[in-house]
Amino acid sequence: MKTKHSFQSKVGQLVRDNSVPIMFILICAVCIPLSGFSPSYLLNEIVTRMGRNTFLILCLIIPIIAGLGLNFAMTLGAMAGEIALILVSDWQIWGIPGVVLAMIISIPISILLGLLCGKILNRAKGREMITSYFISFFMNGVYQLVVLYMMGPIIPIVHDSIKLPRGYGIRNTVSLLNMRQAVDNLLAINIGGVKIPVLTFLFIAALCLFLIWFRRTKLGQDMRAVGQNMDVARDAGINVDRTRIVSVLISTVVAGFGMILYLQNMGNISTYSSHSQIGMFSIAALLVGGASVEKASIGNAFLGVTLFHLMFIVAPSAGAQVTGDSMTGEYFRVFVSYGVIAIALVMYEAKKRRAKSNASRLLAEAQKQGKEERA
Amino acid sequence: MEKNSAPLLEMRNIKKDFFGNQVLTDINLTLREGEVLGLVGENGAGKSTLMKILFGMDVIRETGGYEGDILLNGEKVKFSTPFDALEAGIGMVHQEFSLIPGFTATENILLNREPTKTNVISQIFGSRLSTLDRKGMDRRAQDAIEKMGVKIDPHMVIGDMPVGHKQFTEIARELSKEQLKLLILDEPTAVLTEQEAEALLNSIRSMASRGISVIFITHRLHEILAVCDKVVIMRDGYVVKESPAKEIDVPEITHWMVGREVDAVAAPAEPRSHEGAKNILSVRNLWVDMPGETVRNVNLDVKEGEILGIGGLAGQGKLGIPNGIMGLYEAGGTVEFGGKSLPLNTPRACLDASLAFVSEDRRGVGLLLDESLEWNVAFSAMQIHNKFLKNIGGIIKWRDERAIHKVTEQYIEELMIKCTSSRQKARELSGGNQQKICLAKAFALQPKFLFVSEPTRGIDVGAKALVLEALRKFNRENGVTIVVISSELEELRQTCDRIAIVSGGEIAGILPATRAAEEFGMLMVSKVK
Amino acid sequence: MEHSATIDTRRSTFQVLIRRFGLPRLIIAGFLLLLFIMAPFVGANLTVQILNVINRFSWNAVLVLALVPMIHSGCGLNFGVPLGIVAGLLGGTLSIELGFEGVPSFIMAIVLATPFALLLGTGYGALLNKIKGGEMMITTYVGLSAISFMCMMWLLLPYSSPTMVYGLSGSGLRPTISVEGFYDQVLAGFLEIPVTADQSIPTGTLLFFALLAFLMWAFLHTKTGTAMTAVGSNPSFARASGINVDRMRLLSVIMSTWLAAIGILVYQQGFGFIQLYTAPNNLTLPTVAAILIGGASINKASIPNVIIGTILFQGIVTMTPTVLNSMIHMDMSEVIRIIVSNGMILYALTRKTEGLR
Repeated sequence: MKTKHSFQSKVGQLVRDNSVPIMFILICAVCIPLSGFSPSYLLNEIVTRMGRNTFLILCLIIPIIAGLGLNFAMTLGAMAGEIALILVSDWQIWGIPGVVLAMIISIPISILLGLLCGKILNRAKGREMITSYFISFFMNGVYQLVVLYMMGPIIPIVHDSIKLPRGYGIRNTVSLLNMRQAVDNLLAINIGGVKIPVLTFLFIAALCLFLIWFRRTKLGQDMRAVGQNMDVARDAGINVDRTRIVSVLISTVVAGFGMILYLQNMGNISTYSSHSQIGMFSIAALLVGGASVEKASIGNAFLGVTLFHLMFIVAPSAGAQVTGDSMTGEYFRVFVSYGVIAIALVMYEAKKRRAKSNASRLLAEAQKQGKEERA
Repeated sequence: MEKNSAPLLEMRNIKKDFFGNQVLTDINLTLREGEVLGLVGENGAGKSTLMKILFGMDVIRETGGYEGDILLNGEKVKFSTPFDALEAGIGMVHQEFSLIPGFTATENILLNREPTKTNVISQIFGSRLSTLDRKGMDRRAQDAIEKMGVKIDPHMVIGDMPVGHKQFTEIARELSKEQLKLLILDEPTAVLTEQEAEALLNSIRSMASRGISVIFITHRLHEILAVCDKVVIMRDGYVVKESPAKEIDVPEITHWMVGREVDAVAAPAEPRSHEGAKNILSVRNLWVDMPGETVRNVNLDVKEGEILGIGGLAGQGKLGIPNGIMGLYEAGGTVEFGGKSLPLNTPRACLDASLAFVSEDRRGVGLLLDESLEWNVAFSAMQIHNKFLKNIGGIIKWRDERAIHKVTEQYIEELMIKCTSSRQKARELSGGNQQKICLAKAFALQPKFLFVSEPTRGIDVGAKALVLEALRKFNRENGVTIVVISSELEELRQTCDRIAIVSGGEIAGILPATRAAEEFGMLMVSKVK
Repeated sequence: MEHSATIDTRRSTFQVLIRRFGLPRLIIAGFLLLLFIMAPFVGANLTVQILNVINRFSWNAVLVLALVPMIHSGCGLNFGVPLGIVAGLLGGTLSIELGFEGVPSFIMAIVLATPFALLLGTGYGALLNKIKGGEMMITTYVGLSAISFMCMMWLLLPYSSPTMVYGLSGSGLRPTISVEGFYDQVLAGFLEIPVTADQSIPTGTLLFFALLAFLMWAFLHTKTGTAMTAVGSNPSFARASGINVDRMRLLSVIMSTWLAAIGILVYQQGFGFIQLYTAPNNLTLPTVAAILIGGASINKASIPNVIIGTILFQGIVTMTPTVLNSMIHMDMSEVIRIIVSNGMILYALTRKTEGLR
């Protein structure tokens, strides 16, 4: 009787802990048949999107370890990547060398932005997420200032193909045709009609290995300590502020690389909108994979990218099937992205409160028992 | 012996004042290698300040440093941060745990002192990128645990540990520091069970036999006698008695802890007996879940019209009593007020029944720091009794700014509150004046019964006398029953008619305020848990 | 006390100004002043510009006012404004759907929006009481979720009024719906003072805002309003004084939501169009930024903050394009708007004196 009970409660716990991924599996299970896509098409799409997005999602893990929560300011890295790509394509360095050069150029920009972001977040301890959210908006303004007004007069841009007709500023779309899928196609293999971009996956695997290795370093250990209790870490002599800045810095640099990989796959830059949505989608995907504000793993990232993008692919056509309007599905997937972040945040806060009230309940009960014993 | 070598630690003529308020005077202390020193004294006797000086805590430097010399192995030292003290071989286990909840015991023991293995990347980018040497960590943690002599699981996560094991993890962390020569334990047994405390005493003995000196602070006096070589008793910032543990017993220690030479001067003013008066408040089997001030089982009757004092050592539960009855912390049991049952856990019901409470947490609970004095004084009375309101059309209850201003001015004058105007923000006042505002707030409620918690904590002598006088006057002139909760026995003896002493979450006894201080002292330590 | 007073007088007035208003606020006010001074030199008509600012102020002021109750009760900046806006949109569209016209359509819009606002506000408030301390992040995403959920609803709800639905399919609301013939300028038209050929002072709208602002001011002077402020100032104090903290917060959220619903209707009657789908998102940031520019902080806000903030923010929004355009032939207004509004919010979030939330 007792074992059955504990088994049930264990299953209940498992379902509660993984409610978001389970919900998504159900949504996908309903939508896939409705959408009418063939399995091979879906598989192909998933593999493509996995190669495109995983790097960006993985950049979120380190700030979570360091206790900064979801780094909405990862878009800063994305902006750095875009600026680097714009410059590289103006210099007309294409293919793999272009990608590599863009990555190198993005590093100093990412470091600068990450440093700034980390400093601001250290001034807003306890509300890092909302602050990083607004940093991303704020820096979007600065990005526009640079790309729309300074590129041309101040930062030399030679080619008219990427310049706005008025003579300065960058066009809404910058074509990366000569760089398109340069990384994806190199070493790519084809299994049963599914193209697998091996080199991209090697990049991702390298990042995963880095993350695993990083957790075992002294710095990784310090980050875990800072993430769990800043005061204790400080008392033990860990430089808390610096550690937090480093975590944001790494996240930003990785996001920059991720954005370059993402854009080389897409084949063009939407100069003024690419980065603004990528933050939200990456965070939603990580949460869909079962991560929370304080805990995230590489597994969460992979599960999340699969489930989230599966939903993304099938929702519009499934929505069209049901309502006769393809826009419904489009809106549905945006709603789900926002909704999943909202739910994850609510669960995180509610859990914090539950933990508190649990502790006081236990104490009260222990005292009651003690009293009964005495009586 | 003494000529052989300099003692491990010597403190000479240590003096410390906080803004002119002398808290330590001419402290002299010596400690030899492998010696265990028991440091006892009432709260506020200066024990923690002394230890903070020794450990180089920031707060000492920020408040102007100290006078006198500290010698380690005969050499003069001056620590500007705790890290300097650690470097010199001094370790300290504080009352509050300083552990990372999600880390294992091993990880906590070696936090920020982990052995590492260098690699290519760390050689380029710095040592923080060296990988952790997990095997080395296990070994060193195991060593430290063995040194302590108490078994704990090095791989258990702190969050899953019972409280006692957390305490042992802290001690093991200090022991893992190779340079450790002196360990300060600040009330380490307060959270331990009987057996765990026994294990700790054993481990103190084993540390001492390995040549580590220990300064052991506790309120459990029998522990002192069981484990220490030497007892040092402090009172009011002086060392009043230093004695080998063998030559002293518990009654004598308590005598030295609370005894006052100036007893006659501070005798209670006009003690009264309320023998015949009826019980206005009856408390039965009260428990309160107030962290750090747990009340376990309190039975208490308060006579109408008296001033009752509640005293006791910190952490024994005296603060939990008013906080529990007034509904600020979760509580159980029965409370009757004026013959009617008083529901618990609802602040509103208590206030409606004409009880009022001046909280010990002035800045956290007692005041609206960012609002005017007027708001602070009038708010509770406005919300509870609809005072200071104008009725417009019979429905709208409009704030009556003039009435609020008037009542605030009245209290500012009565209690001699120093402020620029009644519209000044409460945050800008000094501690004593803030306390007076808290009193004014309670007075404005015109209660039948008043709890006042730590009314003089952190305020200067002048304000102290004023506050106590105001309470006495409020009691005498308005016939309000007052319960004063205070750590300072002397203050209770001057103000109250009877004094109840709380120990171990229970009432250890109630005595008239005229009784000798030693009698209260014995009650204080009678049930210490 | 006397000592610090002498220090104060010794300080230059400029420093005192900075301390009282905050540097960003001064920069923004100075920038706006500069724009006004520049305007005649670059050929912009100052009268037209000022009228523009007044009009835009009249559209937005109620929305900004809607933030006040939640700031007072300690719920922080309400990034969940869209929830109230959704209630207002439902009220407005239903009023048109039911065939009301002219002034009655505006009144009915308010009446119809009210139950939605109360319902959404109650649920929203109950949620916020469960997650004390994390309000701002969650309000943001509740707002975004609400907007995107309504995007689906605008398509699916069985609206049929031909003025609102897509012409071809006969179902699904159009993104932009003109309120001409319904409640276009119903408030603005009242006691309107014409100044130029196509511009006037919208007296009615200003009076309507003044009425709501007065009611808010009055509310904050009642017993309940005082309790609400105390809850925001120090919840522990309020609780010890017998206040039901959760109920006060709930009340403040309902008030905020209802005011936001009214606010969007006032906005529409001035602007002339109902904007559906993702458009309401664009109102959140300017609203929050405006009250911060006006001098509010995360837990303190007053009616003057609302008025000053809205004028400053709308002033920048309307003046920058005209002045900068004619000066350097560059329309940088959008970028400036983004940087100013988000920068202001960041400033508020990172102020050390704000206390922990």
